[in-house]
Amino acid sequence: MIAIEDVSKRYADGTVAVDRLSLQIPNHSITVLVGPSGCGKTTTLRMINRMIEPSSGTIRVNGEDILRKPVNALRQSMGYVIQNAGLFQHRTILDNIATVPRLLGWSKQRARARAAELMERVGLDPAMARRYPYQLSGGQQQRVGVARALAADPPILLMDEPFSAVDPVVRRGLQEELLRIQGELGKAIVFVTHDMDEAITIGDRVAVLRTGGKLAQFAAPDELLSAPADAFVEEFLGGDRGIRGLSFLSTRDLALDRSRVFPVGSDWQQLAGESAGAGPVLVTDADAKPLGWADLTVWAGDVQALEPHGQAFEVGKDSLRVALDRAVLSPTGQAVAVDGAGRVLGLAGQETVAAAIRAARQRRAADSEGVSTVKAAR
Amino acid sequence: MNVLNFIQSFFSDGSHWHGYDGIPQRVWEHLQYTAGALAIAAAVGLPIGLVTGHTGRGGNALAFVSAGARALPTFGLLVLMFVWLGLGIVPVMIPLVVLAVPPILITTYEAIRTLDPSPVDAARGMGMPEAKVLFQVEVPAALPLILSGLRSAAIQIVSTATIAAYVSLGGVGRYILDGLYQRNYEKVVGGAALTAILALLVLVLFWAIARVAVSPGVRRRRTV
Amino acid sequence: MNGFFDIPSDLQSSYLGLISTHMQEALVPVLVGLLLALPIGLLCVRVNWIYPPVLWITTVLYAIPSIAFFVVLIDYTGLSKTTVMIPLTLYSLVVLVPAVVDGVRSVPEETNAAAAAMGIGSLRRYLQVQLPIAVPAIMAGLRVATASSISLVSVGSLIGNQGALGNLLTTAMLYHRPLLAVNSVVTTAVLAVLVDAVLVLLRRVLTPWQPASGRKAARRTSTIAGAARTPESVS
Repeated sequence: MIAIEDVSKRYADGTVAVDRLSLQIPNHSITVLVGPSGCGKTTTLRMINRMIEPSSGTIRVNGEDILRKPVNALRQSMGYVIQNAGLFQHRTILDNIATVPRLLGWSKQRARARAAELMERVGLDPAMARRYPYQLSGGQQQRVGVARALAADPPILLMDEPFSAVDPVVRRGLQEELLRIQGELGKAIVFVTHDMDEAITIGDRVAVLRTGGKLAQFAAPDELLSAPADAFVEEFLGGDRGIRGLSFLSTRDLALDRSRVFPVGSDWQQLAGESAGAGPVLVTDADAKPLGWADLTVWAGDVQALEPHGQAFEVGKDSLRVALDRAVLSPTGQAVAVDGAGRVLGLAGQETVAAAIRAARQRRAADSEGVSTVKAAR
Repeated sequence: MNVLNFIQSFFSDGSHWHGYDGIPQRVWEHLQYTAGALAIAAAVGLPIGLVTGHTGRGGNALAFVSAGARALPTFGLLVLMFVWLGLGIVPVMIPLVVLAVPPILITTYEAIRTLDPSPVDAARGMGMPEAKVLFQVEVPAALPLILSGLRSAAIQIVSTATIAAYVSLGGVGRYILDGLYQRNYEKVVGGAALTAILALLVLVLFWAIARVAVSPGVRRRRTV
Repeated sequence: MNGFFDIPSDLQSSYLGLISTHMQEALVPVLVGLLLALPIGLLCVRVNWIYPPVLWITTVLYAIPSIAFFVVLIDYTGLSKTTVMIPLTLYSLVVLVPAVVDGVRSVPEETNAAAAAMGIGSLRRYLQVQLPIAVPAIMAGLRVATASSISLVSVGSLIGNQGALGNLLTTAMLYHRPLLAVNSVVTTAVLAVLVDAVLVLLRRVLTPWQPASGRKAARRTSTIAGAARTPESVS
């Protein structure tokens, strides 16, 4: 655990970059520092590996004051990833990754073997080992940066806007990759970004800093979205925080409508006369996989003539945000709910989702003191 | 009257090829002056340039010193040293070193200082000791520029070492000055051609050093 | 006493006269060199393949000792100032052409694109956009060229007292008066420093858009919330 206790950073010209900040950064989780330019988030990160020395206050790692360790030994025990990756252009990819193990005195062979293992871990083609940084794309370079930081298996990973310089699609991929790696390795990751979406996507906990280096709020993402501490945080979260908050609500308890799902081969004429057939119905194949929508007053049983059902959502895995999104996009206003195997479990309309949101709100109000730990919904 | 004719007759004259005033001897002397002056200038300029570039401090003092050194007239310095110190190699070395230090110093300093800061930041952040940051991260990346500073210093020395002849020493400048006094243009032009050839050799030598010493990762990036 | 400022009469000039001759022989070549370097530089930027051979030729020219140039030129221009100034012009070119080319090439691609998009013609773009941005590089080249030119004029003394202040050196050898050599070196150095200072001031005047402290802020400033870094990397 990294304990930042009452830490300030003042410069000679009077600028206060960080103002009496206290934060407890737990192990095995991703803590994101987010805020606008000049909020001191990078300064805070760089004080953890003593790239910047605090003016006052202490920082402890697992109880030990970081000032008591030799500065280079401290840094070697923490991975460090920066915006443009900061790769060494004169070294091959493999040797870049092997840097810290070599510093720690590993043999060249062992360091390179370790580096090769890490290339695989971060999803880099082993054929790239002998290439130089200029031959890689920005996203690949950033993967090398992450691999290099992980090379000596440090318990702590410091990441300073690591994905800011790559395009949104690549960034999305890097974020997913980071979450996957974190799932395998369980490091204490401190991640600095100015992008609130990124903070919410990857953070287990998010510290919002305001200009002048003051902590505005430190909370789990869903809590941040549902209960911003003040106008500054609310503003910084942006206009659609309500919708985004749905990302943290599970679809597990949705009241699915099963009454208007029918397999092929049903007696369509009879159904058309019944009340269940009054609106559009979802036709499935023999395995319960969705085929498409049918209006029984006109549809004659031709599978080719079905209206496309669009994307489905997976109950329990996808969030209420996804369910709502699917319902909005559906031609019938009904989202198709499937299980892990893609079999239809039922339908959820916009009203169904709305009811689930209301229920979740009530539950939250009931245990308002309890810290939400919903993470599976993502 | 053609310069090329002069060059041809200079090099085809058999008497120019042996003895204490022969081309091999004069070229060898010239190379010695050049290598000596370059080595001393590099021993002065490289460490100072590397350290100031690395720390980023003392840049103003450095610019000041090298502007001052540039202002010292090389030929004047040679005569002055000769008048003071008499005959010998030292009066020749001093002006040549003064001539060569500024380009080495300034180029080395600028080469380190203007590097992309992010690899340096990353190196510090991963706990690399300062000396390793300098020699394993900064110098390899700055090497092409550092070499170009050394190269331009070497060329200036090759050209200027001809003035050693003015204070009775050897080198290919001997032909130029003797030619001047004897009104023998063939010798003058021959000496000038030899200097130009030596300069080309320096270019080739530095090109070869760069091929061997500069990492492909750095080399390719500069040409793109 | 053979004093510091006691100029032998056979030089046929006063101390101030030597200074003014020296400045003329040193600065005219640099000015002519600059006037030639601007169009040559433009050509090298426009026609890319010309630049490497130009660089090779100029490097070899630079390596040819001035005294050799002087001697060869005597036949054409006699024992005159012109004989000294022609080689110095060539040396200036050697420094100034790369300075102009590198300066113009350092103009950001976006700036060129913006200028082109606004419909500024290529000659006007060179004169009004690229050259002004290249001023710092060109001025740096001018400083090197003038310093070396002022230093090299002295060598002219070897071809019959055409070296202005350098003539004091040959005289010092001839009459064995070391003080004259000291005078020559000190005066030449002071002139070089003064001209250099003028050039530095000139650059400041010509480039009000450059931060006073140069480009120093770009590097190794501690991250006070990224204040000194590029916009996309602010924290």
